[in-house]
Amino acid sequence: MLSTAVSIAFLLVGAAFVMALLRLLYGPDQPDRILALDTLYVNTVALLVLLGIHLGSALYFEAALLIAMMGFVGTVALCKYLLRGDIIE
Amino acid sequence: MLECCDPINASHSQRLIMNLTLVVLVPFLGAALTGWVSRYGRLRSAWMAGAVTALALACLLPSLPVPFTGEPLIQRLPWMPGLGLDLVFRLDGLGLLFAMMILGIGLLVIIYARYYLDADDCMGRFYAYLLLFMGSMLGIVLAENLILLLMFWELTSLSSFLLISYWRHRQDARQGARMALTVTGLGGLALLGGFLLLGEIAGSYELSVILASGEAIRAHPLYSPMLVLVLLGAFTKSAQFPFHFWLPRAMAAPTPVSAYLHSATMVKAGIFLLARLFPALSGTPLWSVLVMSAGLATLLIGAWIALFKHDLKGLLAYSTVSHLGLITLLFGIGTPLAAVAGVFHIINHATFKASLFMAAGIIDHECGTRDMRRINGLWHFMPYTATLAMVASASMAGVPLFNGFLSKEMFFAEAANFFDLSTWSWVLPVTVVIASALAVAYSLRFIHDVFFNGEPHDLQRTPHEPPHWMKVPVEILVAICLLVGIFPGFTVEPLLAVAADSVLQCNSPAHDLAIWHGFNSAFAMSVIALLGGLLIYAARRPLFMIAARHEGLIDAGVLFGRTQQAVIGAARAVTTAFDTGSLQRLVALLLIGALGLGAVGLLGVSAPLTGTATLVPADGISLIVALGLGAGAIATTVLHRQRFTALIVVGVLGLLIALIFAKFSAPDLALTQLSVEVVTIVLLLLALYFLPQHTPAESSRVRRVRDLGLAAIAGLGTTALAWGILTRPGATISGYFLDNSVPGGGGSNVVNVILVDFRGFDTLGEITVLALAGLGIYAMLKGLRLPGMTLDPSGRPWNWDLHPTIMAALTRLLLPLALLVSAFIFLRGHNQPGGGFIAGLITAVALIMQYLTNGVEWTHRRLHGNMHPVIASGLLVGTLTGMASFVFGHPFLTSTFSHVHWPLVGDFELASAMAFDLGVYLVVVGSTLLILIHLGLMRSAATQERD
Repeated sequence: MLSTAVSIAFLLVGAAFVMALLRLLYGPDQPDRILALDTLYVNTVALLVLLGIHLGSALYFEAALLIAMMGFVGTVALCKYLLRGDIIE
Repeated sequence: MLECCDPINASHSQRLIMNLTLVVLVPFLGAALTGWVSRYGRLRSAWMAGAVTALALACLLPSLPVPFTGEPLIQRLPWMPGLGLDLVFRLDGLGLLFAMMILGIGLLVIIYARYYLDADDCMGRFYAYLLLFMGSMLGIVLAENLILLLMFWELTSLSSFLLISYWRHRQDARQGARMALTVTGLGGLALLGGFLLLGEIAGSYELSVILASGEAIRAHPLYSPMLVLVLLGAFTKSAQFPFHFWLPRAMAAPTPVSAYLHSATMVKAGIFLLARLFPALSGTPLWSVLVMSAGLATLLIGAWIALFKHDLKGLLAYSTVSHLGLITLLFGIGTPLAAVAGVFHIINHATFKASLFMAAGIIDHECGTRDMRRINGLWHFMPYTATLAMVASASMAGVPLFNGFLSKEMFFAEAANFFDLSTWSWVLPVTVVIASALAVAYSLRFIHDVFFNGEPHDLQRTPHEPPHWMKVPVEILVAICLLVGIFPGFTVEPLLAVAADSVLQCNSPAHDLAIWHGFNSAFAMSVIALLGGLLIYAARRPLFMIAARHEGLIDAGVLFGRTQQAVIGAARAVTTAFDTGSLQRLVALLLIGALGLGAVGLLGVSAPLTGTATLVPADGISLIVALGLGAGAIATTVLHRQRFTALIVVGVLGLLIALIFAKFSAPDLALTQLSVEVVTIVLLLLALYFLPQHTPAESSRVRRVRDLGLAAIAGLGTTALAWGILTRPGATISGYFLDNSVPGGGGSNVVNVILVDFRGFDTLGEITVLALAGLGIYAMLKGLRLPGMTLDPSGRPWNWDLHPTIMAALTRLLLPLALLVSAFIFLRGHNQPGGGFIAGLITAVALIMQYLTNGVEWTHRRLHGNMHPVIASGLLVGTLTGMASFVFGHPFLTSTFSHVHWPLVGDFELASAMAFDLGVYLVVVGSTLLILIHLGLMRSAATQERD
């Protein structure tokens, strides 16, 4: 039961991943791309957690935790650049 | 040619006392101490230098009687046993003689220099260099191992460089120092080659073995190249023709240095080497030809030039060259009696030449010039100094009752014995007599020109006798000249005998140090030389005119300069042929070179590209990630002219690579990659603000196509190589670490155990580099103010809201959570993915987040912005943790661990490596913040200044 659900989830998250990737490449504006990158971070977190469930391992948890945190900072920095140019002021 | 026998049994006597090591090391430690003490008064450094020398002498005293028993004293201290290199020192007659000379004359020079140096010369620096030299020279004469000897040999070249360029504001001092270093350094390189060959031939680098296997060495096919290389080393150091030119130019050094290094000790190092290796290398036709011709040419040329030098020190310098040639010639003649005479002349030359240099220094000091055309008639101003100098000059000329006469007489006897009625054998005695007559003439000139010959011309000051203690060293040396000259049997005989024994490695032949040997050929040669010298000096005016006409015609120094320029020019031509300052060109050349070499390596290889390892089946997610990676890489290249967009795409690449690391069971790498990724984005954004937002197309189309092709081929080649290697099964070293991680390092996270334990020393080096990089960037940015963009890339004004409130409030809440994650990652690092490096980056990112959303001002009100103490304490913690293992008698960075049971937490393991990891953590936090914050502050400061 669980393995079926995980497989379906993999499929869906994978599709979301590909679509976010396409949006990142197409743009057309910078905010679109930043948003796509942020979505990719979220998708990656989902992928890693799914992988952990699939393999029955807790090893991937920290990586997911870190992406959740670091990805946020990356997004903030990129947005701040768009808004102000100088990100540390 | 060695006709003496009865070899002394050179046995290794091992003593527990390590006084020889101390003799060598005390001056090195004393040098640092002397430099430090000079902060508290310049004279203290003189006292300290004297005390250090006396201490080294005191360390030598207990072993003083040993060489007289006929057996060398050998003391061994394990140093690098893995390389077979020990700190092993040897004290025999020759070593004792030189050590006494180095320390004795060293002490006198220290006393002399205290009065010689001006008030504005830095005394501490002078004495520190001098002690550095003293230690190096002692190392040469006491070393038992050839490699050890070579190390000290190079150290003397370096300390000589420092001493010659002591007055670094003077151009001639800097040039002379460079020339001396180049020539002696070249010789050192040759000597290294010679020693390596010698060690291979003899099967050992220890002198005891080498000296005992002379026959085998001389019969070896590699004997000739080895001898040439060793002699190159010896001849450059001892200023033998044609390498003599550096010594006169080294006279730009302060006179105490000239007296000590460039007449008494360092230039004797080459001769010491000849004497040291005499039993092993001498006695072949090649040795005789090379050493004799070099010695003879140096003897004659030095004496000839010395006569025409108007500079007092120049005269003494070329006279030194000539006397060094004399001693070399004696070792080249190669009979046991000649070797005895050589050793004897080493002693005599050191005493009279050092005292002459000191006298010249006094004259220079008192008159303000060393030009003998201006200094005349000083007898009336300083009769006492004049008497001392005249005694020493008489010794230099070889006048009876002075010590120079005795060794010169032995030298004449050997030269006369060489004459055996064969066709060319008369050349040697005749040349020797001519050179000696010239020596008499220049000694006479030194006395007559300086102390008599009219009145001094336009001196800036009236000369008078120097301070009493400035004369004492000269008095002592001159007294030795006289005592040895009149009572040789009571004074120098025992030391000479034991030194000669150790040069010959057997009992030295009977020699008679009497002043009067009867009417023999040597006496006749002495008389001819003395009378000839008088005649030459009498006829000096026409000779001087001839010399003045040809002055500078053949100057080896000029030749050296031209050669040097040619070498530099050639090197520059090669460099500019490749490097035109274009980075693209360099990368292209590198790739073409790598591809070319790689293709050559693959020629004729028939092995299939794909190895035999079984391939892992591909799954959907991996495919998607790989696809994304490829698309991202291509997109970055296509979009690279729009820099901000390219940066976003690069962010995706970093994320995908982290995902691949996680997928292939490298969680540590994944965590590191993620943390580094964010820091990199912030860093690039900070830099991008000051840079153009678009990259213009500068290269031509053809060139871009060429570069694309090159890049594609290189990429394909790398892929093929990676594929070839990855599909081949091979043993890796990971098994060892997996097996030893828990028993050896006490942690189950192998990556972290490797970083902080197995390869802890590497990590220490890396964090040091990181700290230096941080401080370097800080130093470069300090005071740098750059204007940023006033409008955004599309021409609109920037947003007015510096710190959006929602964002600011949200990130404040995130800070404690992020720090908690950081602490968690740090603590579990030893057993689970994590560790100090990742934790440090997380902390840094968490703090950077506050700077981003709340601003520098807000953050600095709560967190001190000075990161230097953080970096310093990190390095300190890391180093001290490593050194703590010394206390327990273990090597640097040995780790220990134990398990403790904490309530609630459970079984917890404490490792000393964790303290080391804390050091890593602190350095990473400090350096990252230091770099990012100061990059960010460049603009802010500029704005503030404008406001």
